[in-house]
Amino acid sequence: MTEANALTIAAARDALRKGELSAVDLTMACLTAMDAGDGLNAFVHKTPEIALDQARAADARRGADAPDLNGIPLGIKDLFCTKGVPSQAASNILRGFRPEYESTVTAKLFDAGAVMLGKLNMDEFAMGSSNESSCYGPAVNPWKSDDRELTPGGSSGGSAAAVAADLCLAATGTDTGGSIRQPAAFTGIVGIKPTYGRVSRWGIVAFASSLDQAGPMTKTVRDAAIMLGAMAGHDAKDSTSADLAVPDFEAALTGDIRGKKIGIPREYRMDGMPAAIDKLWADGCAMLKDAGAEIVDISLPHTKYALPTYYVIAPAEASSNLARYDGVRYGHRAKLAQGDGITEMYEKTRAEGFGAEVQRRVMIGTYVLSAGFYDAYYNRARKVRALIKRDFEQAFAAGVDAILTPATPSAAFGLGEMANASPVEMYLNDVFTVTVNLAGLPGIAVPVGLDADGLPLGLQLIGRPWDEAGLLNHAYVLERAAGFVSKPAKWW
Amino acid sequence: MLDVTYSPPKPKVIAGARQDWELVIGMEIHAQVASNAKLFSGASTQFGAEPNSNVAFVDAAMPGMLPVINEFCVELAVRTGLGLKAAINLRSAFDRKNYFYPDLPQGYQISQLYHPIVGEGEVLVELAPGVARLVRIERIHLEQDAGKSIHDMDPTQSFVDFNRTGVALMEIVSRPDIRSAEEATAYVTKLRQILRYLGTCDGNMQNGNLRADVNVSVCPPGQYEKFQATQDFSHLGTRCEIKNMNSMRFMTQAIDYEARRQIAILEDGGTITQETRLYDPDKGETRSMRSKEEAHDYRYFPDPDLLPLEIEQAWVDDIRASMPELPDAKKARFMSGFGLTDYDANVLTADLESAGFFEAVAQGRDGKQAANWVINELFGRLNKEGLTIADTPLSAAQLGGVLDLIAAGTISGKMAKDLFDILWTEGGDPAEVAAARGMQQVTDTGAIEAALDALIAANPDQVAKAQQNAKLAGWFTGQVLKATGGKANPAVVNAMVAAKLGL
Repeated sequence: MTEANALTIAAARDALRKGELSAVDLTMACLTAMDAGDGLNAFVHKTPEIALDQARAADARRGADAPDLNGIPLGIKDLFCTKGVPSQAASNILRGFRPEYESTVTAKLFDAGAVMLGKLNMDEFAMGSSNESSCYGPAVNPWKSDDRELTPGGSSGGSAAAVAADLCLAATGTDTGGSIRQPAAFTGIVGIKPTYGRVSRWGIVAFASSLDQAGPMTKTVRDAAIMLGAMAGHDAKDSTSADLAVPDFEAALTGDIRGKKIGIPREYRMDGMPAAIDKLWADGCAMLKDAGAEIVDISLPHTKYALPTYYVIAPAEASSNLARYDGVRYGHRAKLAQGDGITEMYEKTRAEGFGAEVQRRVMIGTYVLSAGFYDAYYNRARKVRALIKRDFEQAFAAGVDAILTPATPSAAFGLGEMANASPVEMYLNDVFTVTVNLAGLPGIAVPVGLDADGLPLGLQLIGRPWDEAGLLNHAYVLERAAGFVSKPAKWW
Repeated sequence: MLDVTYSPPKPKVIAGARQDWELVIGMEIHAQVASNAKLFSGASTQFGAEPNSNVAFVDAAMPGMLPVINEFCVELAVRTGLGLKAAINLRSAFDRKNYFYPDLPQGYQISQLYHPIVGEGEVLVELAPGVARLVRIERIHLEQDAGKSIHDMDPTQSFVDFNRTGVALMEIVSRPDIRSAEEATAYVTKLRQILRYLGTCDGNMQNGNLRADVNVSVCPPGQYEKFQATQDFSHLGTRCEIKNMNSMRFMTQAIDYEARRQIAILEDGGTITQETRLYDPDKGETRSMRSKEEAHDYRYFPDPDLLPLEIEQAWVDDIRASMPELPDAKKARFMSGFGLTDYDANVLTADLESAGFFEAVAQGRDGKQAANWVINELFGRLNKEGLTIADTPLSAAQLGGVLDLIAAGTISGKMAKDLFDILWTEGGDPAEVAAARGMQQVTDTGAIEAALDALIAANPDQVAKAQQNAKLAGWFTGQVLKATGGKANPAVVNAMVAAKLGL
């Protein structure tokens, strides 16, 4: 038998139910793996006492009718507020912050019996695609190429690294422009961003409120279905949360997609796209076709405007959302000099507390909202966003059930490799994923193959709004056809 | 109902050293919504609580906290809009007004810039009988109040109290239709009266529950008419905004000071800088808070945490169906239904409690007499004792009982005042108290006749005088009343004197 920490949620659930495994033993295996995985810098705050308490409670309620996640050890992205446990969005400005409340998502997971191993590394305030903007330093991808240390992607880089390295069974992530799907693709795991409004944002540190969604990062599509079921649902505390019933996502994994129409958007075929990505995409099409789906070319004509639109709207909202980190009530406050007033307190606190990428986005956001530029930038971006959304609506109205695209324009790149690149080059990582956030749609990254260097590559499936069930089933078919079973060689 | 027509007042003309000037005023009233919970959180709005005791996580802008609209606040905003005869926008939206200040934890105020919940309405501001200014309302929007910074508790540190943070305000924005300080205070008074009738704001200015930002400009006579004809603001002078007035007296002083200040600058050949000013009541002057150049760039944008606020016409109709009678209608009804004078109707409709009290007294009785008793006796006594109508020891039923005794001829007016005093201090049923105290005027004509006959017989001179001059017959009435210990019914005595003397 594999080490318990390497189990999927589904396998562990079955073993726990049958009494072949105890939650405490499973948790111990994960805690051991977590400690042994310090070289990955995935966990930034460990909570073994909480984990063992929760595991013991899970063992006490173990049985055939225990919830699916009973006794399942998870890692929690540092963006989620967890009661009494440091929650600082990987930012110095929230140093020492321990919330007095539990986010809706983690509360739901814990109610379902899940075990929290600790908090996971991420880009500061979820702003980044390489986990390098974290105040804790970057998480490291368990996959390596030529001994180069690689990024696990971002912003949910710690989540991706931890799941890929079997430090936990699954992890929570959040996705504002691709922060679940890109790291999932970079580490050979599954990550789904649900429809905007499917999962409550309450208690998750906000980056860009109209784009942020939490979702599971798991080893398999089935695990994603199980965990999403526990995370999703209406929350009266989040005004943008949808009052819709949550279907049984796992039950939707029939493996039957015969007659379904898969759209291939021609605008996603980028100039200079690596051949490996191109081939992967074509392979994915063939797999779905073999499963009985119909492959159709579609057009999403406003795709080329998605990145600039995203990089107006997301920083605009962020500049406002991050105004609360002012040193007045919690988190970091700069030491002030004699004669310093309130302005100096703000300036010094925020200069010390925010990293360079966060500062850049706050400034961009402030600029695009300022008098005289609002219409040219923010308002125009809102209009383009509506057009991007309409592109998808038209595709779905024409009968498309899901859309297949690459998840990322490349495999994982080396840590530090982009240090001297322009920020825009880094932003290009999001090129296939931001449209989905702008349109509020569900999107999932599924590992499909390895590149010539032996690094995982993923494809993205995009679904109709609220049709995570159908989307997961398509992903399930793709996963089975791809038969991706590779694991990174353990070096850490 | 009376169909009252009003003519507009003449604008106030201020004589400068070189020429005449007129005032133009527009107002933004911040009225605290009469809700027990805040606009986006369940925290209490109770005034005077321990600092930072009424603060929810979202009020303190803790990470990840989200606002959820308080439906009751929306209802009261709609009710207010209907009360101001305004258009209700079934779809409105919340925007963020971004600026940094320690008493603004989020770093933004949630407000409604682009799509307010209430559109154009109007307020009729009566200034004298038959004279009124119709002030147009541009909009009403819902927004969060800020907290309170406290700078005088410590020499080196400032403190903040977030109890007020996130409390719901209605900002009621008028058009520049107000033309003098007197009109401005009358406008605030009328608005406050309507809000209190509606129950949407308690109007307590002392607690800051009703505050006004006053926009003041001056222009030469004739310019304002051009503005009204075109709505082109270039015909008007540059305005200055006096912030946060919560006293009628200071508002009057601030407007008059500001007008004189602007006139002085203009007559010296200067120009007015558009700016925000504060009134200093100690010095009796306004001073600059920040100029247009230093003005904040608030970077308004739609709040992505809140979906557009959509309400149903049926819900608005339900609110409309439950609207109370408003001051203008009540006043008209009091004048036509009870025959009150304009003045009395104004006094009795000033607030709901007074109007309700009066109406309970007047119902089924002589309205004018009821008004006299309520205004002169009851209000007079309340005033003298520093009480409000809510504290009155005398109920409407008791006062009504007194009036019934007068109407039945059981007691005289003078007795009624005595009875009023006794009821005020000791309480009791008017008829029972009057009976127990022997307060009953004599209507027994036999007793009166005997007394009068004796007087006539004993005073032939007075009889002769009265027969020459009827006015002197009052002497007999007075003597009869005196002889009967004030209990004789004066009307009966008068009639008998006239008959006996052949007048």
